[in-house]
Amino acid sequence: MKSRSTLTIVVCFVVCSLALSQDLASFEKRTTVKRLSNGLTVIICERPEAPVFSFFTHVDAGSVQDPMGKTGLAHMFEHMAFKGTDKIGTRDYAGEKAALAKVEDAYAAYIAERDKPVDRDDQKLKQLEQSWKEAMAAADKFSAPYTNEFGRIVEGEGGEGMNAFTSLDETGYHYSFPINRLELWAYLESERFQHPVMRQFYKERNVVIEERRMSVDSNPIGRLLEQFTEEAFAAHPYHRPTLGWISDLNSFSATDAQNFFDKYYVPSNMVVTVVGDVKASEAMPIIEKYFSRIPARPKPDTATTAEPPQNSERTVVLHEMSQPIYLEGYHRPDYRSPDDQVYDAIADLMSNGRTSRLYRALVRDKQIASDSAGFTGRPGTKYPHLFAFYAVPIPGHKPQEMADAIHAEIERLKREDISDEELKMIKTRAKADLIRSLGSNEGLAFELGLNQARYDDWRELFRSVDRIEKVSKADIRRVANQTFVPDNRTVGIIEFAGGPPGSGAAPQGGGQ
Amino acid sequence: MKRALTSLFALVLFAGVQAQLWGQATDWKQVPIPKLPAFHPPQPKRIELPNGMVVFLQEDHELPLIDGLMRIRGGERDVPAGKAGLTDIYGEVWRTGGTKTQTGDQLDDFLEQRAAKVETGASEDSTTVSWSCLKEDFEDVFKVFLDVLENPEFRADKIEIAQKGMYDSISRRNDNPSQIARREAAKLSYGATNPYARVAEYTTVSAVTREDLVQWHKTRLFANDIIVGVVGDFDSAKMEARLRQAFASWPKGPAVKTPEIAFAPAKPGYYLVEKTDINQSNIQMVALGTTRNNPDYYALSVFNEAFGGGFSSRLFNQIRTTKGLAYGVGGGVGTAWDHPGMLRMMVSTKSKSTVESIQALDQEMAGLANRPIDDGEIKQAKDSILNSFIFRFDSPDKVLHEKMAYEFYGYPLDFLEKYQAGIEKVTKEDVARVAAKYIHREQMAVLVVGNVSDFDKPLDSLGPVTKLDVTIPAPPKGIAGDQQ
Repeated sequence: MKSRSTLTIVVCFVVCSLALSQDLASFEKRTTVKRLSNGLTVIICERPEAPVFSFFTHVDAGSVQDPMGKTGLAHMFEHMAFKGTDKIGTRDYAGEKAALAKVEDAYAAYIAERDKPVDRDDQKLKQLEQSWKEAMAAADKFSAPYTNEFGRIVEGEGGEGMNAFTSLDETGYHYSFPINRLELWAYLESERFQHPVMRQFYKERNVVIEERRMSVDSNPIGRLLEQFTEEAFAAHPYHRPTLGWISDLNSFSATDAQNFFDKYYVPSNMVVTVVGDVKASEAMPIIEKYFSRIPARPKPDTATTAEPPQNSERTVVLHEMSQPIYLEGYHRPDYRSPDDQVYDAIADLMSNGRTSRLYRALVRDKQIASDSAGFTGRPGTKYPHLFAFYAVPIPGHKPQEMADAIHAEIERLKREDISDEELKMIKTRAKADLIRSLGSNEGLAFELGLNQARYDDWRELFRSVDRIEKVSKADIRRVANQTFVPDNRTVGIIEFAGGPPGSGAAPQGGGQ
Repeated sequence: MKRALTSLFALVLFAGVQAQLWGQATDWKQVPIPKLPAFHPPQPKRIELPNGMVVFLQEDHELPLIDGLMRIRGGERDVPAGKAGLTDIYGEVWRTGGTKTQTGDQLDDFLEQRAAKVETGASEDSTTVSWSCLKEDFEDVFKVFLDVLENPEFRADKIEIAQKGMYDSISRRNDNPSQIARREAAKLSYGATNPYARVAEYTTVSAVTREDLVQWHKTRLFANDIIVGVVGDFDSAKMEARLRQAFASWPKGPAVKTPEIAFAPAKPGYYLVEKTDINQSNIQMVALGTTRNNPDYYALSVFNEAFGGGFSSRLFNQIRTTKGLAYGVGGGVGTAWDHPGMLRMMVSTKSKSTVESIQALDQEMAGLANRPIDDGEIKQAKDSILNSFIFRFDSPDKVLHEKMAYEFYGYPLDFLEKYQAGIEKVTKEDVARVAAKYIHREQMAVLVVGNVSDFDKPLDSLGPVTKLDVTIPAPPKGIAGDQQ
């Protein structure tokens, strides 16, 4: 049985490689890249499966670019990109513009009084807050009948999956349209990155604060991840929460968001990818016509403080009313590292499915966890980041047992070569995963755009599999020995601390 | 020129006229929208075997992959309450427990070396076996699929792992407020012991035995209770022959009927789950919804879109954008295929605006009577549904899965085409009628999961409050980590 499976793998290998090179050749034929005169990069990939298309706008700026004291600003702007433009979402932009300027003046006066270190006049503060609120109400009168006009147009015209995301590394915008709305999309998407208007900013800021309450403040795992990441990065902005610290959220202004846009949403910082039932020869002139309107601006300075070597084990322990979790992370180099695919291989070996080493050790054999995995890319990948491991203890088991079991698997990785079967499995899976990812407009738009932005070449999507093909057993041992050492480790733990009666938190089993 | 309009009074006075003029002059409306080319998505071939098994074959030659799904009637709703969670265990151990000749671990190794999957699962009304593989591995993987289907062994060690996993999720089910809200809202809507709402407990999971799994399997796998769908890079004639060879000899069995299930929505009023480690309240107002084959379905779809659907809905506009009260807000009259869905309005808001947000939802629901969904909102909702309609069938596997669902629930196979026609016909009067028929605020149960001491006003200032005790019943001795 064993020898037969090995043989089949070899056969499969040849076939897979063939399929992949065919795929790259096929994508070469139907993918067009153009850098517009303003510096914006456009990718069109023809995939005529149905009369629809998806797009992905990649902006090479994320929370790492949040200015000091204004964490959460990149994410805040992402929300504002749905608020319309000088033509969409207003009945009189000139009037609204003046009213919004008054809001900013009133807000600045309010904040100046609020943040006075001494001699704050509470009476005056109240008046200033009132003036700010009145200014907002006056500005709202210009946009009120067109609330959410941008989203309303997209939805009414058949937009599907309209959304956006912000990470520490970048910001992305995406949805899909029937193909007859290609020109409408080009108009709308170029419009919002040409003339965004910071209307209803302070209400949207409250929406964003609710988002923070939902995913961090009121969620134990969210709280753990925030504390853990903050602890792991002392110098580099990766210690920031994308959603922002609450005092920053309660301070930054619409002017700050506009400044962020002006600085980072420059055409040379953006890649726009369209995938679907389009012909590049017809679509490119349309896209160029609209997106060329965005004026060229200088590329921003993106220097950041480099994270110094850690040189000491760090630990955060959260005493929660919720059940325990164990998490640990090790610093690793950024995505351009020649070892990037070695880390991918380790993540796959340790975590992918029921054959993974962590599943077999912690879930199947020791039966101490319900889930355990290792993963790379926390909290981003563009800068040096973390390779992390976690385990979810089943009732009666403690975080320390998770740590010991994970460390045993890490030691094995350092000490022994992985097997031939494991190495082949990793490589076969990487190829099959790539093939499976090619069957959707949304997925392709994201992958092609991200690879273009990161490597200046969408073909890296295919080449990453070639690089994983070159990973050796010695590479895995070398990288494991280099990376997974105690002084390079940050640990995050949720300890069950009990809960008041009626809180709903029950102790785990009899062991607690 | 705009100076004439700086007076607020003038603005308000001319709002209507201005809006109209501006509406016609906006640039986006001048962008040409050509006619969408006619699109006839490939339809799967439907085959009914003499033993009643229904097979759908959908060729898709874009990528060298073949995926299949078998759906078998009967699921968690058919399990006695004392063994709640049985199909979760069955759905896991059917695969992990291996077959007569191979352990689950051996199957894992064999499949993962081919980057292939054969997986089993369960839901409220069915169980499933699926595979996914590269085209050239089809025969190898299909053999594993058949082996899992016909010869499962349900080995004891894997039952134990599955049970421990369930004990773990039971122990964690009160950690996250949104999970509590989802679970308790379903109980209020359907009734605490209703099979669509009840949850597994330590005792019900520990009551499940290997014999239960074996019996379930033995009494459920009949050809006439099975629907199979295959999509990918194959030749339909050859695939049909292969499936006939595999399944033609399968026996027929008793037809599975949709069980008679009673619904007992909670009494109207306020229900509270106190949680002290959060700063946001999860609010859900619920009642019983309806089924998708209700003739009101089309009008309800338009109503839901306009009232609590996307960016342009009333709830989003009012409670999120205009009032800034929430990130998550929405709702509508939920529908399910063969039993009532949940009618649900939900909002998550800071503890300090809990009562304010309930009142904001109240106001929107009450507003439906004196400010019915208007022509503009109806047009927007219908445009939104109809213009995005193509995304329901823009890939061969979406078409396949739609058809399989219609077949499973006994809906006409042209349900999707009917849906489009049905939406087109919906009028303002239809929407007003269904809003009045289904939205009865005074009959709804209002659930709040929140940190009571930080509320803006006591919840009982709105009405009588029932406190819900969500304490997890302790595990019986000897399970769930009792190591003494």
